[in-house]
Parts: sequence; C-alpha cells; structure tokens
Amino acid sequence: MSADDDDMREALDTFVTEARDLVQQLEDGLLDLEAHPSAAETVNTVFRAAHTLKGSSGLFGLRHLVHFTHVVETVLGSVREGDLAVSPGLVSSLLPCADHIGAMIEGLAAGRLEPDAAQAAEGARLLAALEPYLPDGQAALAADRAEQSGGDAVPERAWRLSLRFGADSLRNGMDPLSFLRYLASIGTVSQVTTDAGALPAAGEMDPETCYLAFEVELVSGAPKEEIEAVFEFVREDSDIRIVPADHQLDAYVWAIRAMPESDRVGDVLIGSGVVTELEMAEALRIQQDQAVRSGTQPVPIGEILVRHGIVPAPIVDAALNRQRKTTETRSQDTTTIRIDAARLDRLIDLVGELVIAQSSTGLRAGAGGEAQGEVMRLVDEVRHSALALRMVPIGTTLRRFERVVRDVCVELHKEVSLVITGGDAEMDKALVERISDPLLHLVRNSLDHGIETPAERQRHGKTAQGTLRLNAYHDAGSIVIEVSDDGRGLDRDRILAKAVEREVVAAGAVLSDQEVYDLIFEPGFSTAETVSNLSGRGVGMDVVRRNVTALRGSIEVDTTRGAGTTIRIRLPLTLAIIDGFLVGVGSSSFIVPLDRVTECVELPPGPLGRDCMNLRGEVLPFIRLRELFDIPGEPARRQNVVIVEQSGQRTGLVVDALLGELQTVIKPLGVLFSRLKCISGSTILGSGEIALILDVGPLVADHSEREHLLRARPAA
Amino acid sequence: MTTRELRRVTLDGELTIMTAAEHKDRLLTALAGSGGLRVDLSAVEEVDTAGLQVLLLARREAEQLSLPFELAAPAPDVAAVLALAGLTAAEEE
Repeated sequence: MSADDDDMREALDTFVTEARDLVQQLEDGLLDLEAHPSAAETVNTVFRAAHTLKGSSGLFGLRHLVHFTHVVETVLGSVREGDLAVSPGLVSSLLPCADHIGAMIEGLAAGRLEPDAAQAAEGARLLAALEPYLPDGQAALAADRAEQSGGDAVPERAWRLSLRFGADSLRNGMDPLSFLRYLASIGTVSQVTTDAGALPAAGEMDPETCYLAFEVELVSGAPKEEIEAVFEFVREDSDIRIVPADHQLDAYVWAIRAMPESDRVGDVLIGSGVVTELEMAEALRIQQDQAVRSGTQPVPIGEILVRHGIVPAPIVDAALNRQRKTTETRSQDTTTIRIDAARLDRLIDLVGELVIAQSSTGLRAGAGGEAQGEVMRLVDEVRHSALALRMVPIGTTLRRFERVVRDVCVELHKEVSLVITGGDAEMDKALVERISDPLLHLVRNSLDHGIETPAERQRHGKTAQGTLRLNAYHDAGSIVIEVSDDGRGLDRDRILAKAVEREVVAAGAVLSDQEVYDLIFEPGFSTAETVSNLSGRGVGMDVVRRNVTALRGSIEVDTTRGAGTTIRIRLPLTLAIIDGFLVGVGSSSFIVPLDRVTECVELPPGPLGRDCMNLRGEVLPFIRLRELFDIPGEPARRQNVVIVEQSGQRTGLVVDALLGELQTVIKPLGVLFSRLKCISGSTILGSGEIALILDVGPLVADHSEREHLLRARPAA
Repeated sequence: MTTRELRRVTLDGELTIMTAAEHKDRLLTALAGSGGLRVDLSAVEEVDTAGLQVLLLARREAEQLSLPFELAAPAPDVAAVLALAGLTAAEEE
C-alpha cells in the first residue's frame, strides 16, 4: 500500500521535474520567438512543450492544467500551421501563461492538485487574453470548456467489452452484429473475437437461439456511460461487461491516485470513469441481496465489482487506497484549516468584548434569573472555544529538537537520547512560537554543559548514553515545560565562586541553594570553562528568563549534583485572558492575576512598625498599593491583605476592598506606558471603569529592592 | 488430402434468423457423407448472428469429422462479418 503511494509520489515528482523543464522550454522558446518570429524550429519546440505538458497532465487527471495548456497549445498550433503570425502582443499574452503553468506545477509540487481560487481566476483571465488568437469558433469552444472543465480532456480510452447476449436476443430482433457495427460509430473497434464455445451439439442447436459471445476491443473518446447506453435494450437479458483494456489499467490506477479523495470507494470508481452509475447500482444490489440472503455483513463493494468482472482488481485496489488515504488524512490534515492569525485575534478580541459586556449586564441586572445564567454559561463556553482555537499541541515544537539533539551530539561527540513526553499538551500558538527559542537555549545548554561525554559518564558509573527529557503538562491553569538531563548537575560552589568573582553577590553572603542556582539566570553569567559555539558565552540563560517573564511565566531550576538538572518553565495557557482577582483601593480598581493569589486576610488593626505583619507566626512583608500608586484619600477603616506568591516568596498587597474573581480580558497598555514596570495591562470592567492589571513579579521585586535601599540607607 | 471430394454448396439470399433453420439443415445434410464442404457465399446478401452461428456450427461439425470446411467468395460486407468470427474465405481455386 505504501509502496504504491511512494510510486505515485515518485511518478508525480518525476512529472513535476519534467514539467518544470517544459515550462522553462516554453518560456525560453517564447522569448526566442519574440526575437526571431519565424524560427520554425523554435515554434516546434514551443508547441511540443505545450503538447507534452498537456499530455502528461492528462495522465495525472490534472484537468485544470490540461484545459489551460490545451488552449495554449491550440494557439501555438495555429502559429505552427502558419495561420497566426508571431507578434509581440502574442508573446506578451503567452509568457504569463507559461508563468501560470509554472505556478500550477509548483503548487503541485507542494501537494495541491487543484489551483486555488486566485490561480483559477488568473487562469481564466489569461485564457481570455488568448481568445483573439484562437481560430474562429475555437474561442467559444475554449470558453465552453472552461465551463465544463475539459470535454476535450477525456483522452481516447481502450475498452474491453465482453458481450454475452441473451438467448432470445435474436428472436427479439436484437442482432449482436448490429451492436458491433454501431460500436464502430462511436469509436474504433480494434479487435473482435467470437466465442462459439456455447454452441451446443448440432442436434440440439436451435438456429434462432443466440449462442455467441463477443470480446470487443474498442478505442473511444466516449465516456463509459455512452458505451453502456449502446446496450440499453439488451441489458436485461444479456451479460454486458465493459472494462478498461489491460494495457490501460496503469493509466486508470494513476488517474485514480491523482483523484480528489473521497469517503466512498464507489465515488472514486465512478469518478474515474471506470464504473458507471448503473454498474455501481447493480453491484450495490448484489451486495444487498447477498447480505440479506446469507444474513451476514455485506461483502465489500470492491470485492463484488471484481468478482463480477465489472472492474479489474488493480483498479479497485487503487481506489481503496484512495479511500484509505482519505480516512488517514482526515484524522490529521483535512480536519485542520489554516486561518489568518489576524482574523483569529479579531474573534478573540470580540469575545473579549462580549465577556466584558456580559459581566456588565451581570453587574447591572444582578441575579437576572435562569436566562441570564444560561447566557453567562454560553458566553463562558464561547470564550473557552475561542481561546481553544489558538491552542496547538506543543509536541510539534518539541519534536523539532530531535534534529538539534542529533546535530549537537555529533558535534560534541556525546551520546544523548531525547525523550519527549506530554507533546499533546496544548498552549497558545503565540506562546508556542515565542517559547521555542528559549527552549532551544535550554536544550543546547543541557547538551553542552549538563550531559557529560560518554567516557566521563562511565567513570561515574552512568550509562554512556545520556538522556534529555522534554516534558510538558498542564498544571493549574498553566502549562509546565521541563527540560531535564541526567548529566552532572549544577556545581553550587562554582556558581557561587563565579558570582562573587563577577560581583553579582557579595563575598561571604549566605544564600540558599535555590538562590545560588537562580544565579545562572543572571546576565553575563556562565560557568563553562571552555566556550563552545553552542552555548557558554554567557548569553542565553538570562535571555531565557527574560523571555519567559515577558510571557508572564516563571522559570526555576532543580538540580542534584551528579544526577542531573531540570529546568522548569511555567507559562500561562494564553496571553489573551486571565482569571483575575479584583481589588479596590479608594476609587481605583486593580486586578491581581488569580494564579498568584494564595489567600486573603484582614489587615490587623493598630499601628504597624514596618510594612510587615505577622501571618501565623511568620513575617509577611506587604506593599500598600495606596502608597505605591499615590492614591489620594483616607484608607478604609478595615483594610485587607491579598497575599501573592512569587518565586516561593510571599508578599502581601494591602487594599481597601476585595471585589472578587473576574475573567479579565487583557488589553495591552499603549506605547506611552510601555515602561511602566508594575502594570502588565488594563481591562475594562463591567461598570465601564478601567482596572489596571498588576504585574506581580516586578511589583514584588521592585518593592524588595526599594526596601533594601531603605534599609541600606540608615546603615550607611 | 482426402479420398472423397469436397462437396459444393451454394447459399443465396439472406443468411439470417429468417433462414437459419433451413440453412442449418442444408449444411449439416450436405456435410454428412461428404468429403468436406465448400460453401459458396457469393450470392449471400446479408448475414446476421443467426447465420453466423450456423456457419460456425457447420465448421465445428466438419472439424469433428476431420473434414475440410471452406467458405468461398463472400461479398465484402459478408466477408467482414465472417472475419469477426474468425471465419475467412478460402482462396479462389
């Protein structure tokens, strides 16, 4: 089966290659003609090129190409016959035709058997331009053909007719010989053999009974239906089989392979012209009868067609192949359509507006009853499906690294096997694209620094072949992508030493393991002793972190000395909508991304010495949003603290009011505000007010920096 | 070839379903006891499948008796039909 497909592909590839040459010949020839309008040899070459193109296209059932080249060929034919003189105008009309044919060939090479709408329109336009050059009467014909797409495209076909007439045919006045004579009028009867095998012994022979059967070879441009129709009046009693001649089987097999895919093998067979509707109906009837009689599952229609000699087995095989391919591709390609990303964004934008408008009606109408609830549910579903449109499995991106791993291994003389798991996990297309580069850095880094050479691995009692794992999974509204290796792990001491050397941290500073490992994400930080051209130039990890943070994600490293390193990237599933937690400070509203909120507590009353409080025995630093954003007015009597978590560190945000969860459509801030650090965007509330979305990461980091400064000042 | 002579039979008019039974009898009767048949078709104006069948039958019978069976001088139309069935006219003597 696959061999057949390969054959087809190969045949098509050959055709494409040849066709490119022919198009080139056509073009060169035309240019040559412009310079030397009467060069007979060139005219011949050009005509032959067009003719061959048409012929080979017909072989593959490429009707549009056949039709188009036919007109070109007709024009060139007139030139060859001397009926049409070569003029600059003619060449100008023909050259774009050559381009068009070339474009269609390239489309074919890319797997498009049919021209797209633009190409079809272009083709029609070009043909119209050729109209004045067509011999009289042909112009209309050409237009006609454009309508019915290649009446001329049906080449002459050879048929093998098995005619076994009913015993009473002669008595009924149906003389088989007259049918044979009639056949000669719709084609060329190239051979007739008479089978007299059924003639009984002389004594039993009834001279008025038909005993003869005929095998006829007919070459005809008429479709099978027309040949079939010849025998319409004797069909009842006779056994009439019309099958493609043996030497044409390949052509049919090819034609079928080039046909558009179909769910039903019968459609493929009828479409190829090898079976008529009538025959198919008959076969279906037999199929039904048999199934009913035997009470079993119906026999496949293909089998019946073959057994009853209606279609030769190779053709049924080809058609089945076509059908099977349909089923296969259905599950992959044909179920996907490509959409302009901008349209999708527009849709998501609209859905966003819908969500906002809906929450506004929700706010105003309050509990609006059942209908309101239903609308809310539907809007929610629409939002989910709209976002799901942007979701793609991450597997494709991850699998791209197979090549990277292979190449890098060859370069570094390492043996690494790549294991990809969780490729089905879906994430926003935009995110996939933007995370691909950071991942590449991480993969290279692991291969370069993480995984040891085979010799070194064996010294440490590991297998010579290292393993690099790419794993993706969904976790609480975000997607986690892990890059893990079973290499040497991070060297805490060396990182710390390097950090001190680079003055990233003060000598003698006490850092937790995690803090030390996080240093690798600092700018300009690389511990590789030798700089390879893969990584280790100190660019990379900091860029990785910057990219991940820009996507509202986080990155962390998990390592065991000697056993390996895992880098874990956590990203939101989408960039467009987040679940937010709405808080109020004075008259302003803010949204805290819900995934960062761990809990809310009331701010303990009374004066607080520093900006920190006691949370179940732990010190919790907090930020007063009112102060941070200089919001005028008196703080509410009872203030609340929203506790957010960032890189394992908890911080409180002091607000006036907790207003609840809210699906938030992120509207990016304008360029003017692009330098604002603590705000990641804005959204329009149901009430029409604007709420700013807090960017927790920088907010907390910024604050602790300022705290550091504040604390440092009195000390200095 | 054979000790007995070829028997000459001349058919005329139409060799069709209308006359097939008659021709069948004639040919088979003529064949019996002969040294083979030479059927002169020059006067035959029309042949249909029934006629063709009869000729084929006669030929088969002759073959079964290992006797020659020759068709002679068909008109072009008739010859064309005979050719369809692989029946060729014998060369003129």
